[in-house]
Amino acid sequence: MNVSAQRRRLAMTIFANSFRKDRSGMTGVVILAIFIATAILAPILIPDAALDVTKADGGRFEGPSFSYPLGTDESGRSILLLLAWGTRISLTVGIAATIISMVLGTAFGIAAGHFRGAGSHALVGVTDWFLVIPFLPLAIVLATVLGPSTLNLIIVIGITSWAGTARLIRAQTLSIEGRPYLERSKALGAGNWYQMSRHVLPNVFPLVLANTTLTVAIVILSETTLSFLGLGDPQAPSWGALLDRAFSSGAVSRGAWWYVLPPGICVVLVVLAFTLVGRAMERIVDPRRAS
Amino acid sequence: MLRAFITLAFVVIFNFFLFRMLPGDPIGLYARGRNQDPEQLVELRRALNKPLLEQFITYLRNPFDSTIDSTRFSRPVWEMIGERVWPTLLLLGTAILLASLIGIWIGIRAGWKPGGRFDRMSTGTTLILYSMPEFWLGMMLLIVFSVGAFGIPGMFPVGGISSPGVDTSSPMGWLNVLWHLVLPCTTLVLIYLADYALVMRASLIDERKQEYLTLARAKGLRDTMVRKRHAVPNALLPTVTLIFLSLGFVVTGAITVETVFSWPGLGLLTYEALRGPDIPLLQAIFLMFSIAVIVANLIAELLYVVFDPRVRS
Repeated sequence: MNVSAQRRRLAMTIFANSFRKDRSGMTGVVILAIFIATAILAPILIPDAALDVTKADGGRFEGPSFSYPLGTDESGRSILLLLAWGTRISLTVGIAATIISMVLGTAFGIAAGHFRGAGSHALVGVTDWFLVIPFLPLAIVLATVLGPSTLNLIIVIGITSWAGTARLIRAQTLSIEGRPYLERSKALGAGNWYQMSRHVLPNVFPLVLANTTLTVAIVILSETTLSFLGLGDPQAPSWGALLDRAFSSGAVSRGAWWYVLPPGICVVLVVLAFTLVGRAMERIVDPRRAS
Repeated sequence: MLRAFITLAFVVIFNFFLFRMLPGDPIGLYARGRNQDPEQLVELRRALNKPLLEQFITYLRNPFDSTIDSTRFSRPVWEMIGERVWPTLLLLGTAILLASLIGIWIGIRAGWKPGGRFDRMSTGTTLILYSMPEFWLGMMLLIVFSVGAFGIPGMFPVGGISSPGVDTSSPMGWLNVLWHLVLPCTTLVLIYLADYALVMRASLIDERKQEYLTLARAKGLRDTMVRKRHAVPNALLPTVTLIFLSLGFVVTGAITVETVFSWPGLGLLTYEALRGPDIPLLQAIFLMFSIAVIVANLIAELLYVVFDPRVRS
């Protein structure tokens, strides 16, 4: 085993040990594990008929009962089962959009920090533009142009939420750029790509990971908001889409709290769990920033 | 100043080209479900068949063209936006004012004794509020306090800005508007204050490490005075700028909460335009929100320069 792999393994062990001592971070991990298990098992546990409007056997807007622990929706389907299925969609969209956002943010951040001159100015300019423009109006406009579908929702959220990461990564890159080993590598004739991928990226990576979990939290909230506004796939019952249907079917004026309360609780729990994990990681990776 | 202008220019250009990329026939979308004069349609089609550059120049000459009609309401879009500004200003103004007062107060108490009981409780609460979709909080408040659930009688209106037939210029009308304002405003205050409290707390904790506080204590100043005279005024600066910088986030809340409470402001207008979709109206709304946020950012930067002599170089 070579030296750098050994060192990386050691760093991982130290990280895992400090993370295990962080109580709020571990709480987040446990909550996430439950939701991820639900998302994976949903297709096995839930019969297709439970999601089919034509095969629903419950009454309209029935309150919680033994056979429907969280009541029924406007067409008689079990809200508990819809909710479990929604976990799958909300988490998938959240994670997929985060990956787009992190790849864009890291690439823009490293490039803006590494290059000098007009190119760097242009990259910083684009980042600042995305930071200033209000998120929701921009996302609404993009989603309207692309049309409602789950894939488009992922793309829209991905390209509207990378700017914060880019700014963070750029600052970190600038501090790494001044270090002696990069100077040495430049003196030995390393190209831009080699410097960025071999020296800068491994050094900003822990920060990227910590920032990823915080971004997932924000992205899931964005997904909920956009789906509530009807910009997601109407066939895919994510938590936001569930709240949209509850709202447009008049669950609020009927006082059907069992329809509205559970999706929101799920969103709060998942977002909170990702935030707790992200903050715990940030405390370990970058103690100065997280104070 | 120059940067704000460039950002603005990009918004205007982006606004034009994005909607020209729309798949499908814009005229078909425009005329769908309406009795449109065929001659007018030909006229419209001719305008859209002009070269892109020519259209762009016409647009640049006046991005706020007052003759552009909404496709759903057949009225000039900027006139509709003008009507909806006041309800939004009333709702957001009240909410931001209350949220910043309460948020800053919580931030000061929590940040002065970090790790204390108040800090742990308030940080937990603000983190939960921060994780909530604001429209969901609004829907829950509606169910509990206006429809009535869990044994609580409904005491607030289900939506709107005033009851039908009430003259809003009379003192009774004002009270009626206030009564309608309670729930949407509470929703927004709870969501916004979480953000403000977290920032105020962090900035006060930063300030506590400064040496001038040790000096102030060393000369025998009481703890309360050290906080009020020295720490808080300095910690306030980043928080106040943040309140301006967070207008983009405020806009998100306005769109969904106004929708839930049928508050007849710009947010509800956005939702109505979205459900069409009413492209000219959406375009104008996007332009308007972006300009508002860019101007707020500019104000935040200027405020910083005025209040913090260190950044004046």
